[in-house]
Amino acid sequence: MAGPSTYEPKGAVMRWMDTRLPIVRMGADFMTFPTPRNLNYWWTFGGILLLCLMIQIVTGVILGMHYVAHIDHAFDSVQRIRRDVPYGWLMQSAHAVGASMFFLAVYMHMFRALYYGSYKAPREVLWIIGCLIYLVMMATAFLGYTLPWGQMSFWGATVITGFFGAVPVVGEGLQQWLLGGYAVDNATLNRFYSLHYLLPFIIAALSGLHVWALHVTGSSNPIGVSSKVKTDTLPFHPYFTVKDMFAVTVFLIIFAFFLFYLPDALGHADNYIKADPLKTPPHIVPEWYFLPFYAILRAVPDKLAGILLMLGAIAVLFVLPWLDTSRVRSMRFRPIARWFFFFFVIFCFILGWCGAGVPDDYAIKIGDGGITFYRLGQISTLYYFAYFIVILPILGLIEDPVERPASITQAILDYGDKPEPEKVLVPAE
Amino acid sequence: MAFKTVRNFLIAGGVAAASLTGIAIAAGGSGPADGYEMIHKHWHWQGMTGTYDKEAMQRGFNVYANVCRSCHNLDHLAFRHLGDEGGPFYDERFPNPNDNPLVKNIAAEYEITDLNPEDGSEITRPGIPADYFPPIYRNDSEARFVNNGALPPDLSVMVKARNNGADYMYNLLLAYEHPQPDTVSLSPGQYYNPVMEGSKIAMPPQLQPQEGVFEYQSDTEGQNPPEATVEQMAADLTEFLAWSADPKLAERKSAGLMSMVYLLILAVLLWLAYKRIWRRLKQPVGG
Repeated sequence: MAGPSTYEPKGAVMRWMDTRLPIVRMGADFMTFPTPRNLNYWWTFGGILLLCLMIQIVTGVILGMHYVAHIDHAFDSVQRIRRDVPYGWLMQSAHAVGASMFFLAVYMHMFRALYYGSYKAPREVLWIIGCLIYLVMMATAFLGYTLPWGQMSFWGATVITGFFGAVPVVGEGLQQWLLGGYAVDNATLNRFYSLHYLLPFIIAALSGLHVWALHVTGSSNPIGVSSKVKTDTLPFHPYFTVKDMFAVTVFLIIFAFFLFYLPDALGHADNYIKADPLKTPPHIVPEWYFLPFYAILRAVPDKLAGILLMLGAIAVLFVLPWLDTSRVRSMRFRPIARWFFFFFVIFCFILGWCGAGVPDDYAIKIGDGGITFYRLGQISTLYYFAYFIVILPILGLIEDPVERPASITQAILDYGDKPEPEKVLVPAE
Repeated sequence: MAFKTVRNFLIAGGVAAASLTGIAIAAGGSGPADGYEMIHKHWHWQGMTGTYDKEAMQRGFNVYANVCRSCHNLDHLAFRHLGDEGGPFYDERFPNPNDNPLVKNIAAEYEITDLNPEDGSEITRPGIPADYFPPIYRNDSEARFVNNGALPPDLSVMVKARNNGADYMYNLLLAYEHPQPDTVSLSPGQYYNPVMEGSKIAMPPQLQPQEGVFEYQSDTEGQNPPEATVEQMAADLTEFLAWSADPKLAERKSAGLMSMVYLLILAVLLWLAYKRIWRRLKQPVGG
């Protein structure tokens, strides 16, 4: 969809530059990039995520100037940042709340891709790079959560690195190699800090590839019908720059609300207690954005099987473009699949709920008994995998999609929205 | 169409925010045991604009210094913090808290272990505002030995270190009165407290009606301190410790108000810009 470049360098200097490093051309092509005119607000999360990454890197670099990666000083240095460093309270809260907002936006972005079939041909590589970004994000968030060296930092790190110990044969050695010792200690904290500083730049590089791949295939769109005629698309600037900026601002209002009024609502009180290797907290729970995977991990009694399930839950996303057999991208035109998708979203939330709960507690009380979080987590895990491995492959073959509009322009005409028929069909001069 | 998409967008945002908050609440710990009803006080600093009550913080510091201090330290607090803007002893005549006479006097009441620069020997000297509250015990082992095996925790971030920390603190200090069920058996040196995790606490009840023993004195002329009842002392101490755990609350909320107003105006302007630019598409081609 990228089409030929329409950039014309003006003046001798620009022409000289353009034949050597056409960076101005790239910027100009980004601005004129033909973008489907029917994109809705679910397509604004790409820009929002770019902003999230920038906020995390800027606040993180500043925090790194004041943070001390040592088990005796890490907790105190975070307190010092919050109390004595000018605007340190703002930087620290923005980084912590920013992590939650980053995941909120990335989940919106992923659910959008799942609903509108954005992962299907020709966007498989674009989708896989996105999955890689998500995977590195998870690693970065986990490593970063260890750094404040509170109780949840320490015990979360102990539990997660314990997974590697469950690997057959090499497990114990692998775990010790990762930790730099027999338990989570100063060596662990130091390497986690080092890696936490490194990975965001890998995310930035992968995001560059993600955008590159996007500019090869062009954006998908809510009806999933590829752009065909010129009236299907609009130049990215000013139409989508202004729309993205509006959406980014609305997102920032939600961000600011948490940052200034509920800075601790998304964290755990236990992490304000300094790490104590001799005192296990009663409930070790990850941050909210990992809760669904935590529920999948605990869905089976066997440790190794749980870990494989959890890894499988992410791995299945990578092969999704080949699991979904339907040729129709958007679920708008898949009357059955959209219901399965709707339940998929519900079950993701239920998994999160189960991840937060104590496995033996009753999630739903019926008389004296009921359904425990453990059972509910199992049911939800089953649906999670069934959706990808059974429902999407089979449904694509048997489902009768409803009739799709011939083009984006046609779809807009059908909806009775701008622009008017005879006027839009005139080729723009 | 436009309104529908905006509505959907707002709904999506609302659902996301609500579920985040829901998860945050669901992730919280268990409540108190044995039918104890938590008292949910309305604290001065709650709400969008609430800030700490300075006099309550000062009284709370008195309670800390006279009662809690015998076992609990404030690890992350320096004396100068008491005179910071928003702090209990802030005085606008002394923007640098190190000059504040109230802070200086408080600091001087504490003995600080230091080194004699002449010969390197250990000496003690009166505190200055730049000093941190000195540790009460030489180390954790001594603290445990003195306190029947229990380690008195640091109080400077305590209100943040518990779910709903202010109510927790207030209720913990008052819940000793709650009748102890027969099912709970205590070892020597343990006390029954339904607010504590496991209902057993090593700290004896601290705040008792001590007529003549503890009275609120006013540091400011013309101020009439309330009677030092158990409830009043617990509430004032909580106010002080809430500030200690989150001293930048006032600054945060005022920055928040400015940011929200700014972002809301920006959002309206961008919405109008968006409508204006997209309106071009409705005009006839070439028109």
